[in-house]
Amino acid sequence: MGRKLLLEHINVPGINTFEVYREKGGYKAVEKAIKTMSTDDVIEEVKKSGLRGRGGAGFPTGMKWSFLAKPEGVPRYLVCNADESEPGTFKDRYLMTHIPHALIEGMIVASYALGANTSYIYVRGEMMPQIRILEKAIAEAKAAGFLGENILGSGYHLELYVQPGGGAYICGEETALLESLEGKRGNPRIKPPFPAIAGLYGCPTVVNNVESIATTVPIINIGGEEYAKIGVGRSTGTKLISASGNINKPGVYEIELGVTVEDFIYSDEYCGGIANGKKLKAVVAGGSSVPILPANLILNTINGEKRLMTYESLSDGGFATGTMLGSGGFVVFDEDQCIVRNTWNFSRFYHHESCGQCSPCREGTGWMEKVLHRLEYGHGKMSDIDLLVDVSKKIEGNTICPLGDAAAWPVASAIRHFRDEFEWHVTHPELAVKQNYGLAHYADPLPAPVEA
Amino acid sequence: MADKIKVIIDGIPTEVAPGTSILNAARQIGGDIVPPAMCYYSKLEGSGGKCRTCLVKVSKGSEKDPRPMPKLVASCRTNVMDGMEVQNITSPEVQEARKGVVEMLLINHPLDCPICDQAGECHLQDLGYKHGAEATRYEFDRRTFERIDIGDKIQLHMNRCILCYRCVYVADQITENRVHGILGRGDHAEISTYIEKAIDNDFSGNMIDVCPVGALTDKTFRFKSRVWFTKPVEAHRDCPTCSGKVTLWYKGEEVLRVTARKDQFGEVEEFICNTCRYDKKDTKDWVIEGPRKVSRQSVINSNHYEQMQPLPVVKKNLALQAANKEEFERTTKL
Repeated sequence: MGRKLLLEHINVPGINTFEVYREKGGYKAVEKAIKTMSTDDVIEEVKKSGLRGRGGAGFPTGMKWSFLAKPEGVPRYLVCNADESEPGTFKDRYLMTHIPHALIEGMIVASYALGANTSYIYVRGEMMPQIRILEKAIAEAKAAGFLGENILGSGYHLELYVQPGGGAYICGEETALLESLEGKRGNPRIKPPFPAIAGLYGCPTVVNNVESIATTVPIINIGGEEYAKIGVGRSTGTKLISASGNINKPGVYEIELGVTVEDFIYSDEYCGGIANGKKLKAVVAGGSSVPILPANLILNTINGEKRLMTYESLSDGGFATGTMLGSGGFVVFDEDQCIVRNTWNFSRFYHHESCGQCSPCREGTGWMEKVLHRLEYGHGKMSDIDLLVDVSKKIEGNTICPLGDAAAWPVASAIRHFRDEFEWHVTHPELAVKQNYGLAHYADPLPAPVEA
Repeated sequence: MADKIKVIIDGIPTEVAPGTSILNAARQIGGDIVPPAMCYYSKLEGSGGKCRTCLVKVSKGSEKDPRPMPKLVASCRTNVMDGMEVQNITSPEVQEARKGVVEMLLINHPLDCPICDQAGECHLQDLGYKHGAEATRYEFDRRTFERIDIGDKIQLHMNRCILCYRCVYVADQITENRVHGILGRGDHAEISTYIEKAIDNDFSGNMIDVCPVGALTDKTFRFKSRVWFTKPVEAHRDCPTCSGKVTLWYKGEEVLRVTARKDQFGEVEEFICNTCRYDKKDTKDWVIEGPRKVSRQSVINSNHYEQMQPLPVVKKNLALQAANKEEFERTTKL
């Protein structure tokens, strides 16, 4: 049984209320940080823990905090990115629904460390129930003296606000989020300047994912070094994984980084195997924007090692044979799923969510979606497959924000690994509408790597 | 003046003031190495970074940190660092990316240049000639919008728009009470006025000048003439609201339209008011300064789509040559 840090008390009745949360050891991190530690100590602890941003990019959180500019007389802000809208990822929603105080406590600790006196939680517009839950939790924390003026007699004051977004995926990009928070159109800003220098209202700002912020609580409680002992190499600690798709037990799991992918899919502790006794065909390991991998490559790396649930192991082999941990949206496909259809579906999402600011993404996402639609419904041509690869290359890396990359990667990787299936859609247009390509050779053992 | 910093663009070294963007540094050098800019406008704060045609490769970050930048960067919004080395036309990667961007800009463009008033002075046309493919690979219906009147003098053809946001910045920064902006998202995004409210402002006409394509056109000039049949003349008048420095576009004796003066990069030098633009279309309103210098490459200069190249048959026949010369002089004369 892996160690649980965030979801330890998830099954305690009433854990969403202040009383029960406090009884179970809640808000101890706030007391410890504010009473016994300086702000630099807190940042140092987080640095020691090796915590990497849980929103997708995996940038070390402690480093991000230490980059924050600290000019005199200018307010600093902490913004929590709760605009979770990546298809396949639902861990933040789960955390906010069931243990809202974990996020509030993390916000207080992180705000204290950064010297922010006003902090915001930007919640995706569709999550109205979670917004109410958070507002209630903030009111409870305030009544107990953990928020507001002079917290725990330390002279530190903090106001926490919940801001509902408009429900746009692009507002999960940090600068678009800040624009939206300022009340403007949610278009990503052109970087530099980075938010650490000029963010919200032109002031230094740190934007962190919900899980990253909540994780600072156990880090302060058990200490950064203790936390760093969990996990493998530079992937330390525990991570929430949103498992979905054709598995027996979908849901949110807290894993110690370093569990093998095979264990995660097949063990009863986690996903419990593929539903209905089917076979595994493909996995999207970190939310819709990361490259999709066939069964043989997700279980083992190209060198024949077991793939682990860590940042490094999942990206082993680069984009040629690897993927990314991303935000932990683990989507499993069984042999009955059509990769072309799924790729079209993802592409449709990115087409819908592109902000339209820069040309390659605005025009390219729509183009890819139309071509994929044509392939899926049996009107495709062989040249369409190469066209898709070419368009995705023209988008990737040429856009303002990572949405362009996120739209290009799933298409490029699906064609890289499942080209046979795309070709089958072209050669068998009538069959493609009625039935699926099936598992084919995608779970076959990998050939031994060729020595150069 | 602060110390100048060194930057090398396509092998050409130059020294610029700190805080200069790569694009402006390249413009100071001039010539072929200047990246094209569809959305950047030096007079509009915050513009740029959107169209991605000005992408360049930074092969050396700076003297202090010589690592190259991992991605191509938008030269209009990236400032130069001391010792930076930039590749524009010398990098095949940049050329390839630019070709991709131009293709993306054109897939939903109606390509109605034969009936578009902007043809001949359209930046997208120039860009298409230089970097575009011969044929489109896009086989779907192009998106279409209804034409909208923005005020009584400006017509908006959203089909032609490349969403550079320049006109939005004009509305934001030059005119008061902004009433127009972007509606919708992604490839459904469109420029519009607030509930199609007409723009009523002294300086709204400048939107037409900043528009790089034919999306915003002057209704007092629409379908009057192709621009290469008109003759630009610089003129000024004593205007109480603006500088009054304009270009008059003559066809014969008649002033067909009035625009602001544009520099070599197609940017307006000084914004002009609507009175000068729409209401003063008579030679007696203006003090004529002289003919405007137009680039040799421009179709406006040649008075034709093609350059004035005599046909092979003309080259052989002396009598025809003389007639051709006479004709050429007659047409180029005001």
